[in-house]
Amino acid sequence: MVTTNLLATLVPGLPLFGAVVIAAMRRQLKGNAAGMLGTTMVVASFVCSLLLFLDHDVVSVMHEAGLHQEHPPEGASHIVTLFDWISIGNMHIPFAFQIDALSLTMMLIVTGIGSLIHLYSIGYMHDDARVSTFFAQINLFTFAMLLLVMGANFVVTFIGWEGVGLCSYLLIGFWYTTPAYNYAARKAFVMNRIGDVGFVLGLAMIFHLTGTLTYTEVFEKAGSLSTPVLTGITLLLFIGAIGKSAQLPLFTWLPDAMAGPTPVSALIHAATMVTAGIFLIVRSSVLFSLAPITQDVVLYTGLITALLTASIGVFQNDIKKVLAYSTVSQLGLMFVALGLGAYSSAMFHVTTHAFFKALLFLGAGSVIHALGGEQDIRKMGGLKGVTKITYVTFLIGTLAIAGIPPLSGFFSKDAIMLAAYERSPLLFAATMLVSLLTCFYMFRLLFLTFFGTYRGKAHAHESPLTMTLPLMVLAVLSVIGGLLNLPHIVGGHEPMKEYLATAADGINGENSDMSANTEWMLMGLTTVLILSVIVLAYNRFAKKTTLDPEADDLPLFSRLIARKWMLDELYSALIEKPYGWFSNTFFSVGERKLMVPLMENTGRWTQKAGKAMRMLQSGNMSFYLFGMVVGIIVFLAITLYGG
Amino acid sequence: MDGIITAIRVVPLLDYVVLSFILFSIGMAGVMFRRNTIIILMCLELMFNSVNLLLAAFSAYHSDPGGQVFVFFIMLVAAAEVTVGLAILVMMKRNVDSVDINQLNRLKW
Amino acid sequence: MQYLFYFFAAVSIISALFVVASKNPINSVIALIVCFLSIAGHYILLNAQFLAVVHIIVYTGAIMVLFLFVIMLLNLNKSTEPQKSLMTRIAAVTAGALFLFTLLGALRMGVNITAAHEFNAGTGLVKSVGKSLFGEFLLPFEVSSVLFLAAMVGAMMLGQKTSPPPSPEERGFTPSRPSPVGKGPENATM
Repeated sequence: MVTTNLLATLVPGLPLFGAVVIAAMRRQLKGNAAGMLGTTMVVASFVCSLLLFLDHDVVSVMHEAGLHQEHPPEGASHIVTLFDWISIGNMHIPFAFQIDALSLTMMLIVTGIGSLIHLYSIGYMHDDARVSTFFAQINLFTFAMLLLVMGANFVVTFIGWEGVGLCSYLLIGFWYTTPAYNYAARKAFVMNRIGDVGFVLGLAMIFHLTGTLTYTEVFEKAGSLSTPVLTGITLLLFIGAIGKSAQLPLFTWLPDAMAGPTPVSALIHAATMVTAGIFLIVRSSVLFSLAPITQDVVLYTGLITALLTASIGVFQNDIKKVLAYSTVSQLGLMFVALGLGAYSSAMFHVTTHAFFKALLFLGAGSVIHALGGEQDIRKMGGLKGVTKITYVTFLIGTLAIAGIPPLSGFFSKDAIMLAAYERSPLLFAATMLVSLLTCFYMFRLLFLTFFGTYRGKAHAHESPLTMTLPLMVLAVLSVIGGLLNLPHIVGGHEPMKEYLATAADGINGENSDMSANTEWMLMGLTTVLILSVIVLAYNRFAKKTTLDPEADDLPLFSRLIARKWMLDELYSALIEKPYGWFSNTFFSVGERKLMVPLMENTGRWTQKAGKAMRMLQSGNMSFYLFGMVVGIIVFLAITLYGG
Repeated sequence: MDGIITAIRVVPLLDYVVLSFILFSIGMAGVMFRRNTIIILMCLELMFNSVNLLLAAFSAYHSDPGGQVFVFFIMLVAAAEVTVGLAILVMMKRNVDSVDINQLNRLKW
Repeated sequence: MQYLFYFFAAVSIISALFVVASKNPINSVIALIVCFLSIAGHYILLNAQFLAVVHIIVYTGAIMVLFLFVIMLLNLNKSTEPQKSLMTRIAAVTAGALFLFTLLGALRMGVNITAAHEFNAGTGLVKSVGKSLFGEFLLPFEVSSVLFLAAMVGAMMLGQKTSPPPSPEERGFTPSRPSPVGKGPENATM
């Protein structure tokens, strides 16, 4: 027990320590020292998480209790209470961590991927003047993200939730001298805030109705709440998830967030922070399972987001923007899974997505690094000969995200699509369309970047080992990641689902009764379609030698998509403009005509009153005495006769 | 001696209270009435004494020597206060050549 | 015996009025001495012999003599006496009278003034007061000496002839830099 507590404290404690030390000594740490220190801290944190994982053997507990119980067995989760944090009236919120299958999974993802990306950053950020600041912030991010996933109550999670939002803001605007980047950072922050309002309101509602914010206690009392109330709570929580995980209508910040350094995009905006919304819903799966309306909302929000952003991705020319839209689209798929109640599939996809999307982002970073900052894929091409490691790993990542068996993406995406098929074939078709679009734009990206002839000017070179090593590790993970949750049909026994079932109530409900034949057929269909899309993309883009036209020269419908369905313009017209109009009106009428005269007159009258009162201060002592006596008389009279 | 002792409490306590009220009011009116600083100081002494008298009367009627000890302390404070007050008065006479309290009107702002 | 009380009361009130009303400061002092003596008589009536003696010594003997000295030192008399305007005087008398009525009204409002039942005639004797003073109130008694010291030092400091302080040259110093004194008034704003 003691070691568990110690390890659980060390996991978030080490990155925090790293962040504080690096921030305090950022002038003293020269060269790679900050990077080394930050990376060491996260790696140590990963080791601690791994030890915790091995120590916390829930699967055997599960087997003892018998599989497929309705509720997770006793001992599946372990609460580590550090100290009593808030204790007011009947509100008791300890600063506690919940160690169970779900948080351990997320901890391993965060620290594992985080370690690799830290390592990668040493090479990537090598030339930057503020490299120490970068590592301090990204370490702080790791700490906040760990708080988020480890919290034993909503409040600790919320602290982490806000912490990652802050770090995201700081890191998007890391190169703050470019105004556009600052704007992107602000946009991300504000959009996240909108979601956070929903989250906070949800917390308030939960506390009001159950009197507690600790997960286990809330979930115990969830059954006694009425369905409309639960729908309200879950919708509010979902708003929070929308903001953080960049779903419609709040997704527009994520593509802009690519302004940050590429490792940041990989860690925060692909692998970890944006999955916080999915984590939250899985954590609260008890509540969501009891609110069918919310589940439908989640499902269709995810689906529309996935379709919309996948279509935008096809027309993007910035290598990171393509990946960003792909991320939003994949997150949409995860929400589809959540809406279908397939929580373990969603978590499985979170995991594999973390592998291959981090890989793709890091690969993109490597390409950008190789080309000296160029991000436009129209000016790339033919890089496969120059940057071999990057090419091979990027290819693996692309194959994984496209869902080519037996890579990790195939299994995780297939699990979601099967769940969709169980609901309705139409839903299956929609998710299929998403994955085909994904496949198309990813191969477009791959072919434009690495095939054909080089269309740019800068001299390309391969990245250093600190950058390629994480790529290779992530490539291996992307290949074998499917083993984590190998479905029954190919001889596995879905270990991850079994593992996660010990943590979240909802997961036990999802038992597929699909026949093996249907499953095989769907898998085959998916694979065939994806392969044909790849061929299509190859014919269209691989041999390309000329630049694509600008967005304005495209036909009307394509132009609409390339302009991101005019969503930014729509928001601008619907929200920004009226808001600006209101502000201006309030300024010209309320401020100028009402408040300013009020203020000025207040000041003027105060001055006048002061001038009048100054006469009382004559300096004549008899007068003061007289005043004193009158005061005493009045005071005595009031106390004696008034009371 | 015995006569005096038996005489105690013949006079109602209320009369002492009223007497000290009157003396106090006279002292206070005097503070406002006069401009001569030295008379104002004397009126303050008068007010001190009315309070002393009240304390002593209550002390005697309630058989508590503590009240009289208090009177003693008030006398100490009054003596110290008069010393400083008169020193200020001498200073004032020397600097503005007057004992008129209205001359000390620069105590504003 | 109570006639003696009313006699003393009348004397003290009349002399107090005379203190306020008299135009000559010397007359005021004499009236105040009379007033204090009558108050000493009250103390004796209350069998507070210790207080009576201390009162005569401290007030009549020390404080009032100090007043007299100061008046003679400053050469105050009727002609130098500043006078207040009639309005102020009326206001002062009215305020005093109002104050008195408020206090008397307070008595009538039911402030309970009764003597305690158990009674010790020897309360005011030196023995009893001394025991209290050097027992319970020993620390304040000792501390009051500090107060006296402070008052003494203060009085001496205030009373000394103030001449302009000697310049640094007179004191044998050569100023190494301009004195900061004298820069204040120019910058000060009123």
